[in-house]
Amino acid sequence: MERHLSEQDAQVAATGDAQLPQVSEPRNPGMELDLDWALGMQANTSAIERRCATLPGRRSVKKDYQAAWLLKAITCIDLTTLSGDDTDGRVRRLCAKARQPVRADILQALGTPGITTGAVCVYHDMIAPAVAALKGTGIPVAAVSTGFPAGLSPFHLRVAEIEESVKAGAHEIDIVISRRHVLSGNWQALYDEMKAFRAACGEAHVKAILATGELGSLRNVARASMICMMAGADFIKTSTGKESVNATLPVSLVMIRAIRDYHERTGYRVGYKPAGGISKAKDALVYLSLMKEELGDRWLQPDLFRFGASSLLGDIERQLEHHVTGAYSAGYRHAMA
Amino acid sequence: MSIKEIFDTMSYGPAPESAAEALAWLVDQGDRFGHFINGSFTKPGDGFNSQNPATGEVLATLTQATQADVDAAVSAARSAQPKWEKLGGPGRAKHLYAIARLLQKHSRLFAVLETMDNGKPIRESRDIDIPLAQRHFYYHAGMAQLMEGELPDRAALGVCGQIIPWNFPLLMLAWKVAPAIAMGNTVVLKPAEYTSLTALLFADICRQAGLPKGVVNIVTGDGAVGEMIVATDVDKIAFTGSTAVGRRIREATAGSGKALTLELGGKSPYIVFDDADIDSAVEGLVDAIWFNQGQVCCAGSRLLVQEGIAERFHAKLRARMDKLRIGDPLDKCIDVGAVVDPVQLKTITDMVASNDAGETYQAKVDLPGEGCFYPPTLIEGLTPADRLMQEEIFGPVLVSCTFRTPAEAVELANNTRYGLAASVWSENVNLALDIAPKLTCGVVWVNGTNMFDAAAGFGGVRESGFGREGGWEGLSAYTKPRTKPKALTQVEAFTGQGSGTDPIDRTAKMYIGGKQARPDSGYSRAVHDKSGHILGHVGMGSRKDVRNAVEAAAGAKGWAKTTGHLRAQILYYIGETLSARADEFAHRIDHMTGRRTGAKEVDASIQRLFTAAAWADKYDGQVHGVPIRGVALAMKEPVGVIGALCADEAPLLGLVSVMAPAIAMGNRVVLAASDPFPLAATDFYQVLDTSDVPAGVVNILTGSHADLAAPLASHMNVDAVWSFSSTDLSGEIEKASASNLKRSWVNNGAALDWHTDHSRRFLEAATEVKNIWVPYGE
Repeated sequence: MERHLSEQDAQVAATGDAQLPQVSEPRNPGMELDLDWALGMQANTSAIERRCATLPGRRSVKKDYQAAWLLKAITCIDLTTLSGDDTDGRVRRLCAKARQPVRADILQALGTPGITTGAVCVYHDMIAPAVAALKGTGIPVAAVSTGFPAGLSPFHLRVAEIEESVKAGAHEIDIVISRRHVLSGNWQALYDEMKAFRAACGEAHVKAILATGELGSLRNVARASMICMMAGADFIKTSTGKESVNATLPVSLVMIRAIRDYHERTGYRVGYKPAGGISKAKDALVYLSLMKEELGDRWLQPDLFRFGASSLLGDIERQLEHHVTGAYSAGYRHAMA
Repeated sequence: MSIKEIFDTMSYGPAPESAAEALAWLVDQGDRFGHFINGSFTKPGDGFNSQNPATGEVLATLTQATQADVDAAVSAARSAQPKWEKLGGPGRAKHLYAIARLLQKHSRLFAVLETMDNGKPIRESRDIDIPLAQRHFYYHAGMAQLMEGELPDRAALGVCGQIIPWNFPLLMLAWKVAPAIAMGNTVVLKPAEYTSLTALLFADICRQAGLPKGVVNIVTGDGAVGEMIVATDVDKIAFTGSTAVGRRIREATAGSGKALTLELGGKSPYIVFDDADIDSAVEGLVDAIWFNQGQVCCAGSRLLVQEGIAERFHAKLRARMDKLRIGDPLDKCIDVGAVVDPVQLKTITDMVASNDAGETYQAKVDLPGEGCFYPPTLIEGLTPADRLMQEEIFGPVLVSCTFRTPAEAVELANNTRYGLAASVWSENVNLALDIAPKLTCGVVWVNGTNMFDAAAGFGGVRESGFGREGGWEGLSAYTKPRTKPKALTQVEAFTGQGSGTDPIDRTAKMYIGGKQARPDSGYSRAVHDKSGHILGHVGMGSRKDVRNAVEAAAGAKGWAKTTGHLRAQILYYIGETLSARADEFAHRIDHMTGRRTGAKEVDASIQRLFTAAAWADKYDGQVHGVPIRGVALAMKEPVGVIGALCADEAPLLGLVSVMAPAIAMGNRVVLAASDPFPLAATDFYQVLDTSDVPAGVVNILTGSHADLAAPLASHMNVDAVWSFSSTDLSGEIEKASASNLKRSWVNNGAALDWHTDHSRRFLEAATEVKNIWVPYGE
């Protein structure tokens, strides 16, 4: 089931060409809506919380291993800016950081030159400057879409927004689901909506943002995860970063266990993206170990795992410099995005 | 491996916890230890090595205690005890608090030392054992503080001998020492010979905390030292360990008057219903059976899965097993460490090797080349008839079997000699809370496993032992009522050559299963009054009558499920009926005893019935404040079938004082009537007959206590045996009670004043506290 990446795959991953799932995995085509399966999913909150609370104490990576894992985390970051005051210049700066996320001398010392982030994630209007700035790097541009973050604009406009973003050069589309479909138990509507979004994406791959902080229960998170996968999501993603509660370990555990079940049943691998609130290198290590433990090594590559994060990279850079020099680092020693 | 290679493979590397500080502490102690007696360490003597099971490395040399050492420790504890008790609760609380603080300050040293000595993963000693040990001292500092206000009628027992196992060395020490010294006892504790080091470090902590000399004494050595402690002049023995040794201790202390609590083995069921969160239930098994290498008395070692999900569940379980990491216990990235000793490893290996039933799956994991390691193992598809479904393996080996219905799950779960703990996994609150009370055990975890806290009592039923550790319920194991016992002299029956006084012969029979029954023996004896006239005849009860009575009592198990309100109604009704016949009973008592106390005795008996009726729906359990989002429900459950030899000197009151609280709590009783004065008891069954008492709830035997004691005390289907007989039978009864480790309450030749109301003591003895942990959250 699990396999270590072949050397060639690893090469591809390291040089930033492996982010798109199409590269090495058949895309999830989706399936008929199976409500018996989706609604039969259980999520025991207290047991899930206990698993998450003890995981950091059970898995620990130190020294060279920690450095390697942090480098891996960088390759899985969707370096993100989703602000009302984004400009072309701001996005160019972000893209430059995506191309060279860590100071060259540090990467040299670690023996891993050429690392890039997994993608850059922006609003629709910022796709063009991002695509231009990333030309030739192989780093895909992801766009949030469908009336992000609330997803309450007219349905046809949400579909059109996807089509526009794909036309503008986005390789990945992060859609938001209609939370009201989940909260009112309208599972068919959720499935249909997701299917329509997937169709609008065409070759671009689609990440379904569940906005888990607004779904009310882990059981709803499990059901929504499963229905979005049935409707053809390439990735499922926790949050927009705009909800009051964003990515958490318990939510992540529920979602990746749904991914595991979907893979066991259909043979298709769906990716996972926690977003919002992951800002420390240590947190990134815990997320990676959660993926490794619950889903396996195959999900530790950027084509199946992404962090939606803006400030995480800065903390990782400081940790990596510490690893190289033995002295604790300072933020100003690393290039800002 | 280069960083680039690790980046590509994403493997875990070594994450070792340093052993330096712990090794330095051992060197500071000279790598040799004596005992800790009267506040200081004795000179190291002849002894044995303490080894690290993961490496075989010798950590220190320990001293095997001699009889003189044990005597010195007990004598130190004896001299220190009165002053320690007189220090008062708040004074003792300060000392317990200081110990807790010091345990916290040195927590990493304790954790590393524990892991080196025992082989358990550092995560467990660091995150579970040591914090829980601290918690027990904090909690019981509070109990010491509150003792005088909340337990005004309880006093310390005196000197407690405590013998603890090797699976949770410091934690078991804390469970034993904290409540004992909080209540004003002093202790002589023996750690297991494999794992004595943290106990010796604890001794050092006691010294630093300024604990008065002699309050805590620690002697090291093997089982022979344990036997010496059991035999020596202590007031109580508290033992945690194997059922076999527990049984020997029961026999050895029988009739000695030493209080005893036993926390023994288990084969705890882990029940998964088809509506459970399967992934969480699979993960729970990691904490159930692969926690501490499965060397946990309450390990969820018997997996019961509902048939419809069994295949999927086991597939997920096998996949999860392959993810376990086994190796150096000091590595922070390890799930399963080393088994405690090569002897234990061989036991586990042999037990699994000797099994040819079911399908065995061993986790596909790399085992270290040396050291005591055993792979996580699942034996699937066993049946209750298979040996490994019944016997405790005490290793990382899970056995499993399937069930069809909730009722069958309960039957399978309870089909064991043990009764320590159980887990129930279901998302249906109706189902989970229906099953939990039906499981024969002391602890139930709903959607969880191996949750422990000082605020919730822990302990078992059946051959898992008796007594509770933790919570309010745990304090009775270290206190006694403040009464001065008086000696009880044998009450002889009157004899004579006279004839009957009533021309119409009245036949007093026994009362079994709601029917009058002739003695199986076919023999009767005459009951004479003081002047030698015959008052009547009673049957000479024998073992066959005991058998029949116990069978009737066991069959009346529906009584336990009736409501407290109904039981109260019936008890009031018995009182009412007795009251209507008060004069007749008073005369009968006066005639039999030759005293004029009959009226007073009948009146007190009616009061006992009313008091028991009053308690029937009020002897409530508790909701413990455990540190989780959830509750631990401390439910009071009936003990089951109670056999009692009733007081000779108070023929009616003695019987009613036992019967009323026992049946009020839902127990069924087999009562041996007053040996010399049995006719009040045989008259009494007419009262029962006309008071709606269901058949089998109360059974009354007559005959010689000496004849009835052994069959009753050794009967495997009797859950508790009590004796208030004036015949000296306490030792015999407690020895026989070891057969199934039933709870015993014997008078050891001391009289109980029956005209004083002891209902509270009877209610406590008639109930077991079961803690049901219900974590919640959506």
